[in-house]
Amino acid sequence: MTIKVGIPGSLLYYLYYPMWRTFFNELGVQVVTSGKTTKNILDQGTREALADACVPIKLFYGHVMDIKEQVDYLYIPRVVCLNGKTVYCPKFLGLPDMIRYSIENVPPIIDVRMDTRQGRFALVKAYLAIGKILGAPKSLVLRAYVKAVGILYRYNRLLRKGWSPVAAMNFLDNQVGGTDFDGPLKPSLKFAVLGYPYAIYDSFISVNLIDKLMKYGVKVITAENIHPTLLALQKNCNLPKRLFWTLSDRALKAAHYLFNQNKIDGVLHLTAFGCGPDSLLNRLIEMEAKKHSNIPFMTLMIDEQTGDAGMTTRLEAFVDMVRRRKEVH
Amino acid sequence: MSKVTFPRMGESWRTFKMLLEDLGNEVVVPPRPSKRTLDLGVRYSPEFACFPLKILMGTYLECIEMGADTIVTTGGVGPCRAGEYAMLHQKILKDLGHNMKMIVFEPPRHYPINFIRNVWTLNKARISIGGIISHIKRAWRKLQALDSVEKLSHVTRPREINSGNTTRVYRKVLDWIDQAYTTPQIIEAEAAALENMKNIPQDPQRMVLKVGIVGEIYVLLEPASNLEIEETLGNLGVEVEKSMFLTGWTRDNTWNETTERMTVTEAATPYLPELVGGHGRDSIGNTILCAKRGFDGMIQLAPFTCIPEIVARTILPRVSSDYDIPVLTFFLDEQTGKAGMSTRLEAFTDLMRRKKLLQLRTNCLTG
Repeated sequence: MTIKVGIPGSLLYYLYYPMWRTFFNELGVQVVTSGKTTKNILDQGTREALADACVPIKLFYGHVMDIKEQVDYLYIPRVVCLNGKTVYCPKFLGLPDMIRYSIENVPPIIDVRMDTRQGRFALVKAYLAIGKILGAPKSLVLRAYVKAVGILYRYNRLLRKGWSPVAAMNFLDNQVGGTDFDGPLKPSLKFAVLGYPYAIYDSFISVNLIDKLMKYGVKVITAENIHPTLLALQKNCNLPKRLFWTLSDRALKAAHYLFNQNKIDGVLHLTAFGCGPDSLLNRLIEMEAKKHSNIPFMTLMIDEQTGDAGMTTRLEAFVDMVRRRKEVH
Repeated sequence: MSKVTFPRMGESWRTFKMLLEDLGNEVVVPPRPSKRTLDLGVRYSPEFACFPLKILMGTYLECIEMGADTIVTTGGVGPCRAGEYAMLHQKILKDLGHNMKMIVFEPPRHYPINFIRNVWTLNKARISIGGIISHIKRAWRKLQALDSVEKLSHVTRPREINSGNTTRVYRKVLDWIDQAYTTPQIIEAEAAALENMKNIPQDPQRMVLKVGIVGEIYVLLEPASNLEIEETLGNLGVEVEKSMFLTGWTRDNTWNETTERMTVTEAATPYLPELVGGHGRDSIGNTILCAKRGFDGMIQLAPFTCIPEIVARTILPRVSSDYDIPVLTFFLDEQTGKAGMSTRLEAFTDLMRRKKLLQLRTNCLTG
C-alpha cells in the first residue's frame, strides 16, 4: 500500500504545491490535497480554530479537517525563512504545533524546519529529513528534490507570465489549457491586486475577486507576476528597516514598484480581518499611495462573513470611478 | 535643547528618567495612559495594530504636546510586530506633521554599533565611558529595587487585613525609591520600603490562591493597559506572580537562567520548539513551570490580534489539560471594560478556590 501524504490546500499551497507534489510523487508517495475551499471547509475551520485567529488560519484548519481522515501523514513544514533574510508570519512558524495540539486525532505531522539562514544546504537537508521519515533512500530523495526544484522554476515562470496559480498548476499537470489573466474581453484597465497569495487566489474567500475584475474588463497584476529581481531592486522601499515577513515584504515592494512605474490604473489591497502583519503593511501602502495621488487605492477586508453582494458593489463602484477618471483625463 | 521622552511601562519610568537626566538630557516624563491617551492612539493607529502600539501612539502625542521632540525606544529583529513599531510611529507622526527624532535601541548583540552610537547621541553631558557605565549600573539597581517592591506588594495585598492598605503603602514607598539617587541611598530606600510593606497588618490564616500571569510584556507591565489586574486579583485574595519583569526579562535574554531545573525555553520545547516572536514561547514555558511549582491557575494577557500570543493560546488548552492547571486568557484592547474583566476574574477565582478546597478535603480523608 502506498503512503498517503496530505497537503492542506491553503497558505503556502499556492506558492509551493507543484514543487511539493512532484517531490512526493517522485518518492512514490501518493499526495492527497483538499482542493478548493468550500463553505463546509470554512465552517469547519471557524469551529476548530481560535476565534481570534485570522481567516487564512481558520481556512487552513478547515482544510486539515477535510483531509485528516484520509491520509497517513500531514505535510505542514515549518517554513521559517527561504531567502536568508525575511521570515514568515509567526503563525506560520507555529503552525504545525497549533494543528497538533488543538485538533483531535490528527495523523502524524511532517514538520521539518526550513530555514536557509542555517547554511547553504539547509533546504536539501530538510528534504532529506522528509525522505527519511517516509523511508526513501537518499539518492532517490535527491533526484526527487532536483526534479521538484525544476518544477518550481517552471511554475514561477508561468506565474511571471501573468498566469494564475490555478491555471499554472493545471498546465503543469496536463500540459494543456490555461489562459492568462487577460480573459476574453480586451482589457481596458490594469489593476494591481496586492495581498497574500492564499487570500487573493482562493476564489472562495476572496469572493472571486480576480474573476470579477476580469469580467469588468480589468487586467490584474499581482506580486507573483513581477520578476523577483525587479522587486529586489526596490531595496527597503525608503524605510529604515525592512518588513520582517517575506510575503508582506514582497507585497510592499510590489506596491512600491508599481506605484513608481506609474503604468497601472488602480491598486487594491486585499487584507484579512485581524491579520497582524497587514496592520503595518496596509498603512505603509496607504502612505505610498498618498504620494501618488493619480493612482486610486482601495483596501478590501475579508473575513468569514464576507458576502458576495457587498464585495461586488464596492468593486463595481471602484472600477466605474477609475474608468470615468481615465475617460476625463 | 531637545526634550527626550520614552515609552511608559509600569513604574520603570522613574529609572529611565534618572538615567536620561544623568546623561544630560531634558526629560519629558510620559503621563500615565488615560482615556484620552487611548482615544488619541486609536484615532491615528492602524485598526488592527496591537494595543501597545495604540497606547504608545497616544502617549507620544501627549508628550509632543508637552514639548518632547526626541523619542527613545526599542527596536527588535522580529518576527513580532513590535520590532517595526518605532518605524511606523515615526511615519505616522511625520504624517501628522510632527518631525520627531527617534533613537531606536536595537538588540546590542546584533547591532553593537547602533548601540554605541545611540548612547553617544544621548550622552549630552559628554560623560566618560566609565561614568556612563556607573550611571547604567545605578539605574539598573533602581530598576531592581522597584521590581522587588512590586513583587512584595503582590504577596501582601491578598493577605492584608485592612483592604487598600498595601496599595497606599506601595504608592508611598515608590516615592522613597524615586528620590534615592546614589547606590547606597537606593539600597537604603529599598530596605525601608520592603520593611514598611512587611509591617502591613496581615492575616496569615487566610487561604490564598496563587496565580501566575504570563503573556505579552507590555500589557503585563503597564497597569493602565491591563486594567490593574494584579490589584483586582489581590483584592480577591489571590497572590499574583508575574512571569516577566523588566529586570528579569533582560536577564532571560542574556544568560541561560536556570530555575526549576529547566529553562523556560526547555519547558516549552515539547509544545512549541520554534521562537514565534514576542513572548509566545515564554507564555507556554512559564505555564508549565508554574504548574510544576503547584500554582492554582494561570492567566494569559495578550493584546488583541497579537500573533505570538494567538499561537500560544491555541496550544495552551493542551498544556492546561496535560498539567491540570486552569488557564484563563484575556485579549485586551481599547474596548475591554473593567467590570467585564472583574466578573470573569471573580468566576475564575471561585472555581480555583473550589478546586483547592476539594483537593484539601480529599487529602484530609485519604490522609
